[in-house]
Amino acid sequence: MNPVKSVRLALALLVLSFAAASWAAGGSVRLDRAQIDVGDPVSLQAGARSFVNYCLGCHGASLMRYNRLRDLGLSDSQIRDNLLFTSDKVGDLMAIGMTRQDGKAWFGVAPPDLSVIARSRGADWLYTYLRAFYRDASSPTGWNNLVFDRVAMPHVLWHLSGQAVLEVREFRSEGEARAAQLQSKAFSTIAEQGEGAHKRFLLRSMRVDVPGSLSPAKYDETVRDLVNYMVWMAEPAQQSRVKIGIAVILFLVVLLVLTWLLYRQYWKDIH
Amino acid sequence: MAATQKQPITGAGPFNGLLTWIDQRFPLMALWREHLAEYYAPKNFNFWYYFGSLSLFVLVLQIATGIVLTMHYKPDANFAFASVEYIMRDVPLGWLIRYMHSTGASAFFILVYLHMFRALLYGSYRRPRELLWIFGVFVYLCMMAEAFFGYLLPWGQMSFWGAQVIVNLFDAIPIIGPDLAIWIRGDYVVSDATLNRFFAFHVIAVPLVLLGLVVAHIMALHEVGSNNPDGIEIKKNLDANGRPLDGIPFHPYYTVKDAYGVAVFLIVFCAVMFFAPEMGGYFLEYNNFIPADPLKTPEHIAPVWYFTPYYSMLRAVPPMFNSQFPGVLVMGLAVVILFFLPWIDRSAVRSIRYKGPHYRWWLAAFVVAFLVLGYLGTVPTNHWGQFGGWLGGAERATVAARLFTVVYFLFFLLMPWYSKIGPNKPEPDRVTG
Repeated sequence: MNPVKSVRLALALLVLSFAAASWAAGGSVRLDRAQIDVGDPVSLQAGARSFVNYCLGCHGASLMRYNRLRDLGLSDSQIRDNLLFTSDKVGDLMAIGMTRQDGKAWFGVAPPDLSVIARSRGADWLYTYLRAFYRDASSPTGWNNLVFDRVAMPHVLWHLSGQAVLEVREFRSEGEARAAQLQSKAFSTIAEQGEGAHKRFLLRSMRVDVPGSLSPAKYDETVRDLVNYMVWMAEPAQQSRVKIGIAVILFLVVLLVLTWLLYRQYWKDIH
Repeated sequence: MAATQKQPITGAGPFNGLLTWIDQRFPLMALWREHLAEYYAPKNFNFWYYFGSLSLFVLVLQIATGIVLTMHYKPDANFAFASVEYIMRDVPLGWLIRYMHSTGASAFFILVYLHMFRALLYGSYRRPRELLWIFGVFVYLCMMAEAFFGYLLPWGQMSFWGAQVIVNLFDAIPIIGPDLAIWIRGDYVVSDATLNRFFAFHVIAVPLVLLGLVVAHIMALHEVGSNNPDGIEIKKNLDANGRPLDGIPFHPYYTVKDAYGVAVFLIVFCAVMFFAPEMGGYFLEYNNFIPADPLKTPEHIAPVWYFTPYYSMLRAVPPMFNSQFPGVLVMGLAVVILFFLPWIDRSAVRSIRYKGPHYRWWLAAFVVAFLVLGYLGTVPTNHWGQFGGWLGGAERATVAARLFTVVYFLFFLLMPWYSKIGPNKPEPDRVTG
């Protein structure tokens, strides 16, 4: 199928789907697992680089300070030379110049601040979302997303991932659609359409139409690093939290033994 | 002069002189004896008797961590969300203090629910402990207010919309409702004015009342003495010196036992706080990491878990006469009905150990109802899908919530009758193991 045809098909299906009154509210989205590791500084540094290069243009991370990146093993001068684009002091917050009003005027909604986005969305959602953009001529940006339908954000990483198009397969029963979903390795969603005898289950997936500068596997890795960084940034203290936690629990186990011995000693005469 | 009649203190420590000086000007030894060294508690306290002292421990923890949080938090709609993240990132160990406080809030409710369940098990609310129970229910009400006011402060989406929903409950009260809601909010919507006053309530007004009630609760306890798992009075069997034969001084026996309890509790508490502070979205809701947005209603608004049994009841009651008030009324009554417990339990014995099978089954049904309602309050009402045509396509979860709301109330409303039904087992004269 050539891109024009598939875009047309996607367009037709979208129009059809908007017309159909009965869209399942959330559909059924099985998110891909991000399999991140916030203990991997190389991945986090790569993610930080992608973040300042691609995200920080429109999204701020206004609760996060640049010099917190030292926790990832970077020095102040490394941060200043490689990552500092929106400010000139490493102690500054990762804020951006675009105001919420501007963002609203340009995109329809102000791009959300990403400081703690991983804590509300979760790593798996972000990982799947950033890999679920497809070409959609009917949308103002020319992009749509399988996880977040009609999202206002364009596909910023398109030259890395390439351009994907939507592929829709129709099934008469949910079981068939699920079986096909399990067979295909790529991410897909199932949506219901129509009523009664005309009820169909649409399995929607994506196909890379124009390859990008990265192979699909390499693109997944880039997104994984980026999501890893966003999860870390949402709570920079999380690793020291676990480390301190282990020490505290060990101390408490000693306290437990001591208080238990004390309790037994005092109570030995109580029957 | 009373002061001159007091004996000098002759303890083993080096501070006898200082303590004697204080004791002659302040009832130091009298308080020490009355509440600790010569407060005789039954010797047969079991697992369920840890939760009172643990609740007190967590109350102190909440006050201590709350004071530190107040030093860095900004009660301003423009800065509140960012100031919480400032605490999480820039304040040294601020994340620890904040997680202690957020985990402590949930821990407080878990402990108090277990503490209240203990009273249900062993009839601890029965005469002469009615007032002790009433103070306790007031403490619980205060905790609910404290939690509600505190939950607005992070100024996330759930803070905002949760407060919106709860203030709208007052809006549903006939005649005075709408004005009352505006008076509570200080505005037509939840706003900066609301945040500011909720901050005042959370950090000073409610804690003051709470502390006073806790003191009253403990004073009432020490006036009537502790109940025990056998539900019998240890004061009936006294030795030659007038001390209960089955009683032991609270200090040192229960201070060391409760210290052991604190160690066990802290391990569980710290495991959650350090390794899962969000507790899967139950202690810190995921949506609350999105700043409050008055223009964007979340798809699913759920209160924090400790309110969900009542939230379930609220949603289960259908609107009547174009008003949500019946639901609000049911929700309010579900808490108020607790006050009447001492008078509706007509059983001849206090403890479940000797009560007949009817009470046991009703208590079991009540616990199941409370837990199921609590669970249903965390999920959307369409969570279990819908019944087929024979029930008009009603939502299964809503029908279940209605059923269990009825069970919850029947536990109390039928208690005067089923609690009288035997056969009870004979109570022992002295406490058992």
